[in-house]
Amino acid sequence: MEFWYFLIDLLPFQWAQPGQMFFMKNALLAVLVITPLFGLLSTMVVHSRMSFFSDALGHSAFTGMAIGALCGLSDPSWSAVIFAVIFAVLFNLVRRNTSLASDTVIGVFSSTAVAMGIFISTMGGRSFTRFNSLLIGDILSVEPAKIGLLALILLGTVVFWALSFNPLMLSAIHPALADSRGIRVFWQETLFSVVIAVMVTLSMTWVGLLVINSLLVLPAAAARNVAKNMAQYHLFSVLGAMLAGVAGLMTSYYLGPSAGASITLYLALFFLGTFFFKK
Amino acid sequence: MRKIKHGKLAAGCADSCCLKLEGLSVQLQGERILQDVSFHLHCGEIAALIGPNGAGKSSLFRCILGQMPYQGKITFSPARGPAIPLSAPLTGYVPQAPSFDRGDPVSVLDFFTAATSRWPVFLPIPGKYRERAERCLERVHGADLLDRPMGGLSGGQLQRVLLAMALEPIPHILILDEPLSGVDIEGEHQLLEMLDELRTQYDLSILFSTHDFATLGQFADKVILLNQGVVKIGTPDQVLAAPEFYETFHLRLGHEKGGGV
Repeated sequence: MEFWYFLIDLLPFQWAQPGQMFFMKNALLAVLVITPLFGLLSTMVVHSRMSFFSDALGHSAFTGMAIGALCGLSDPSWSAVIFAVIFAVLFNLVRRNTSLASDTVIGVFSSTAVAMGIFISTMGGRSFTRFNSLLIGDILSVEPAKIGLLALILLGTVVFWALSFNPLMLSAIHPALADSRGIRVFWQETLFSVVIAVMVTLSMTWVGLLVINSLLVLPAAAARNVAKNMAQYHLFSVLGAMLAGVAGLMTSYYLGPSAGASITLYLALFFLGTFFFKK
Repeated sequence: MRKIKHGKLAAGCADSCCLKLEGLSVQLQGERILQDVSFHLHCGEIAALIGPNGAGKSSLFRCILGQMPYQGKITFSPARGPAIPLSAPLTGYVPQAPSFDRGDPVSVLDFFTAATSRWPVFLPIPGKYRERAERCLERVHGADLLDRPMGGLSGGQLQRVLLAMALEPIPHILILDEPLSGVDIEGEHQLLEMLDELRTQYDLSILFSTHDFATLGQFADKVILLNQGVVKIGTPDQVLAAPEFYETFHLRLGHEKGGGV
């Protein structure tokens, strides 16, 4: 962290002065770790048409939080991670063993999870408002230890990507073809949804439940407008997410709105821009 | 044109036999999909699988590919190279063309490299993989397709890319699921001639399903008429003239009779 603060101190911004505004410096680092992660995952979420699924995961994460809080855990985000992982695995199991379309299955899961979350969190007549912060998120509250954790996850995801991207891409294009080439489609897809589950849940506190899915959809959706191959697709998606992340954080600092919402709006602009440059 | 008709069509074939299906049956949720299917497929032989919709053609493929549980026996003895376990013939599979969106940022090179190597294709693809893909596409006369987006290919071009993929590495058995659907007349002939070329060159067994009876006599050594079980098996002339053929298609698709025969 010291090294990071040292680097930041070289910047000409008011908040970058040495010895102050550490929350802003932490937030910037967190954004620089989270956004490439979302940019990366986003490419496959869009490619394999899982945007509705990742949206549903966000909802289930909230329910996991509520369960954690009910059990009196000091840090309910771990119970949320566990819940989201179970949600993801169960969803894949059900989807494999049914003839229903996958968006129908997601609808079933999503609504159940949300209802369960509201049921638990409002039991005994309690007010829902204490969960409001989760809906909006607050990147400025991020602590150095959490950034370390996120950086580890980023590293893990990059390794996962290097090993699993090809199988995932083929599975999304044609499951039977992928299978004929020795890919275990079910496990690859389940693993991928588990990674998304962990990501969404852990970053929900900072990005905000209501806009988190936009981070998993918009970067790749915009990149898709202009990319001609997979390498370009990833490059645009990751770069776009990072730029929007930094711009969003600055806007949030100078004008005061939620960082998550600002980042999303910049991503929307990114999409709009690429839309007009469509190949 | 060609023709090594070396398939013996009856049971009890020579040592050159590659793929043997014996008493293959499949039940799915109590419903009988395949019933006692037996046939042999020799190396260098092209066999066409015909039958009405729902006859179990795709299920049969999935059994051979090991993607579906079945009763009965599927065995395989290679005609070339060192002996390999019976459970592991190298099967190349050309599926019914998957649909790509026009905007899919997947180039032919991406698709090919993802399927045939460990190089993660979200990184720029190094020259050696590019050269290999080019070489493989050359086999199907499609090297010029390398940088095209998958979504922009015509039906015939897509089939050729899929075929090139199934041929890397060169399999013992090549399975094609309705390779002629969505391909125009010219593409159809190109594809069939290519298959003919491949089987002579690499001595592989080719099994494909089709609804196009007109080309059977010209390109298939053997025709298998399937409807849950094997209804009729023989040379194209034998099968297309058989009363079973008319019966099977006449009952289900009255118009099909005049269509291709």
